[in-house]
Parts: sequence; C-alpha cells; structure tokens
Amino acid sequence: MQSIELQKKSLEYRKKILTYIKKAKAGHTGGSLSCIDILNVLYNRILNVSPERFSDPNRDRYIQSKGHSVEALYVVLADRGFFPESDLETLCQYQSHYVGHPTRKVHGIEQNTGALGHGLPISVGIAIAGIKDRLYYRVFVLLGDGEMAEGSNWEAALTASHYNLDNLIAIIDRNTLQITGNTKDVCNTEPLDRKFEAFGWSVQFVDGHDFAAMERALRSVPFEKNKPSLLIANTVKGKGISFIERVANWHHKVPSDEQFVLAMNELEEAEKLLNAENN
Amino acid sequence: MKQFDKGTENLKVFSATVQEMAERDNSCYVVTSDSRGSGRLVLFGDVFPDRIIEVGIAEQNLVGVAAGLASTGKIVFAVSPACFLTARALEQIKNDVAYSDNPVNVIGISAGVSYGALGSTHHAIHDFAVLRAIHNMIVIAPADNYETRQAILAAAKTEHPVYVRMGKRPMEHLVDPETSFQIGKSIQIRDGNDVAFIACGETVYQAAEAAELLSTYGIQARVISMHTVKPLDRDCLLKAAQECNAIVTVEEHSVFGGLGEACASVLLQAGASLPFKIVGIPDEYTVTGGQLEIFSHYNISGIGLAGVAQSLLSKC
Repeated sequence: MQSIELQKKSLEYRKKILTYIKKAKAGHTGGSLSCIDILNVLYNRILNVSPERFSDPNRDRYIQSKGHSVEALYVVLADRGFFPESDLETLCQYQSHYVGHPTRKVHGIEQNTGALGHGLPISVGIAIAGIKDRLYYRVFVLLGDGEMAEGSNWEAALTASHYNLDNLIAIIDRNTLQITGNTKDVCNTEPLDRKFEAFGWSVQFVDGHDFAAMERALRSVPFEKNKPSLLIANTVKGKGISFIERVANWHHKVPSDEQFVLAMNELEEAEKLLNAENN
Repeated sequence: MKQFDKGTENLKVFSATVQEMAERDNSCYVVTSDSRGSGRLVLFGDVFPDRIIEVGIAEQNLVGVAAGLASTGKIVFAVSPACFLTARALEQIKNDVAYSDNPVNVIGISAGVSYGALGSTHHAIHDFAVLRAIHNMIVIAPADNYETRQAILAAAKTEHPVYVRMGKRPMEHLVDPETSFQIGKSIQIRDGNDVAFIACGETVYQAAEAAELLSTYGIQARVISMHTVKPLDRDCLLKAAQECNAIVTVEEHSVFGGLGEACASVLLQAGASLPFKIVGIPDEYTVTGGQLEIFSHYNISGIGLAGVAQSLLSKC
C-alpha cells in the first residue's frame, strides 16, 4: 500500500526542484529527480530530526554525500520547516546561502559536501561517536553509484565494518548514469552489493521510487546486528519527467521555457491521475 | 609549569600532552592511520584503547572520520605523517575540516625533512603553502618542547581547525617556560637590532645558533620564533623591519609559499623596504640525508645562516 501523502509530496517536490533550478538557471536536475523519493521517505517517515531539535545530540544525522543533488534536499528541508521556501528564490544567486552544494549555513544541513567521496568517511566518524557516547542516533548517508569510484568511500567502508557500525546506513542512489554516460561504461562500479558484502556490510536492494518498500527497508535497519547497512536504491535518473528520464545529458541541464512547461504539465497530469485513482 | 628533559622530541611532548588531556577529559580522541608508533602514541593506545581510532593506512578516511567525530563536540587529534596528511588528504582538510569548520586538530608528524633520508615521498615541505591558502586553517610549527605543549593545549581549546606540524629531532630548550603562549603571537628568543631571524619550527634553534655566532663578530641578531605561520604576527614583523637593518626568514619548507613569502607579503604591502632573504628548501629535487645534513646543505645551520645574514648586512 503506497502512501498517497508521500506520492503527492514527491510530485510537489519535483515541481519545486524544476522551478528553482529554472529560476536559478543552474542545478543538478537528473540526480535531484532520482533521489527525491528517497529523501521524501527519509524526512517524512524515518529521520527523527526537526527544525526544533536540530541541535539535539541524539537526533538522527543525514549526510548528503552526493551533494550536487542539493536541490532535492532544499525542497524537502523547506517542506519540513527548516527555512521558508521563499528563501529558495535566491538559489545560486550572488551571496545566497543556498549555493549549489550543501553547506551548514542552511538550517538543517549537517555537513558541507560537494566534492564526492567525503560523506561516508564523515558519517563513519559520527557513527563511531554515537557508539562511544552510547547515543541511539542513526547516521544516514546518501551516495551516488558513480560516486563509488572515489577510493575514499572504500577506505570508509572498511572502517565502518571494522568498528561494527550498525548505526550507519548508507543509501546508494543507483541511477546508473553519470555526467559522461552509463556508469558501467565510464568505470563500472558494479557489483556494488557483492563488493560491500565483501567489505563486511549487510546489503539490501530496493526500488528507489517505491515509498512503501523504502519505508519497510529503512525501518528494519540495521539489516544485521553489528554490521553497517547498505540500501541500494534502484532509481531512474530524471524520474518523473519523460524526456529527462535516463538521459545523461540532463545531469546538470536547466530546462528551457518550453521544456519547463512540458515538465510541469506532466507532473500536473500525474497529480490528476493520482487524485482520480484515490477518489 | 611542565618541564621536559633537554633532548626530548617535540613529538613526545605532543603525545604526553594529549595523554594528559585525555586523563582529564573523556571527550579527547586520537585518530591514527597506522601511525601510532610514529606519533609516539603507543602508550596512549594502551592507556586509552577506546579513545584511539585506528583507520589503517588511509589518510583521506583519517581526516573524514576525524571531522565526523569533531562535529559531535569531541576534542580530536588526527595524527599522520605530514607528507601524506597534507597532500593525500588535502581535499578532506579543505572541505571536511576547514570549510565545514569541524574543529579537528590536524597533527602533521615527522614534518619537513624529518624523514630526510627516505626521499621526497616522505618530505613535507609544501604544507605551509597549501594550508595557508585554505580559509579557516590556523598553521603552527612549534620551535621547542615548551611551544609544542602550549600549541597543543591552545589548539584543543580553539573551536576551529588547527594544523600543528612537528618533527622528531631531540630538541634543546629555547623558550622560557614562563613566557605566555598565544596563537598568532610570536615569541622573541633573543634580542638584537642588526638583523632579525624570523624562523619557525625546528629551524629556530639554527637561527639561535647563528645569532650566537654573529655576536662574536659584534653583530646583534634578533631571533623570533614565528610559531604561528598563519595568522602571521604582523606587529612583530613590522617592528623588526623598523628596528633591524635586515631580515632573514628561516623555515623547514619550500621557499615557495611558506613563512618567508608570508613575511615578504606583509612587509612589502606595508611599505617596508630592507634587505630580506628567505632561507628554506629551494625549488629543486631535495637532497636526501639526515635532517641536519639537509639543513646544512641549504644553509639552515648556525654557520650557514650567519653567513646569509653577514652577506645581507654587507649590502646595507
């Protein structure tokens, strides 16, 4: 049973992602659309974070290692009340805090990211601290499948299992594309599941656009006691907009006026269909 | 005031200071990359096995993990040979530590040419240059045991990133233990108005030797330990430029981008004009050998520096 609420939210989030990227004339369209459903489930169902308790030492942490998909994070944080959505009008503008990658100047963002291969080592450090301090927070870190070519990820993967970090949950937004083309053609990072299992992680797959399945998986962490968990979310880059889906060129392409209208129409249609199905 | 025996390595002072801190404060952690032996932290690991985080030979991960730990409010020392730490993990220092303002104490051990005989892979003569160019990094090279201890204590109290680099040579005492230590405030080791040696780290001793030699020729040399390479003590530097006839900077670092060029920048932009010489490792394949042999090769010795000063003063 899919949550109508989450489905509606994702449609809204997609509209906002495109709106603000269009306005800013900059942004990572494809990746933001592939990971938005993951963020939707995390922030609306899983993470025990809120604007009010963001300084609580026991809050769950979310680190977005694939920082370029920051537009997805911004719209979700605005929806959760971390800052007024109108702030996003300044996205990527001169002196705006809402820059093209996450920074801690924005309420709700844990760490500055953007260079790939940094989020997992930082998350390992935060997870170790949680265990040392006997706090019960979990650390969720979102990575890209292309990003897995960065060697620092594998250094951190070793450390995570060495320290039995079962409070650490990595999610790979496996959209199979990167800026140059198919990840398997650029430099194959697969098989991610067997590699992580060999590194001592407990691995599950999920459809990264199936809200119920993601919620089930993320509620069952750790997948195994004393092991870090990896959820490989199979996603579609550019998900939700027919002409953006699975096109590597849309990695950081900004929609034209015409494309923007077409995209919004598609999302409106999807919303109408959703409403019709549930009335 | 804590005293150390003459001939104690700055590294041992570092580890003793961290251990003492850890006894008082259970939020004090050390992160190592198979470097506890080189960092003189074996005892720390024995006494506090739960507070030494070993990540294996993985410097990028070392800094990332340290940043994560520090973000939770812990006092964290990320300890690794300076040559690897500040080159291989530079992006982690730039982004995860400095940019995110995670207050990691980045400790570059066996810095400069401490591993002189091991070749350029193991030399760290670029660290001042790269870290000076990163916003939100404090860069410290203590001269002796006293400055090392004070630098570590001060770094731990600072709620921002700090880089401290040190070597493994047994050190003489240079600084009066009663002297107050402040990040960004240099310490005068010896007074004199003919020439000023502005030195840092383990070369301050050579500058002091040179001053002693010069005094036998009637030349009075000022010796400044510019322990904080960034932010630089501008007042002390400009005072030296006003009161002395020449300035010689001394560092265990490339002559490019280090203490010398930092001083030159301040002096020139302040309109100071006086004979000035940067002594450090020139831009060439660095000669190999023991640290002191390499020092001597590049004039970073009492005799060498005295000669540089005399030559400079002859132009006055």
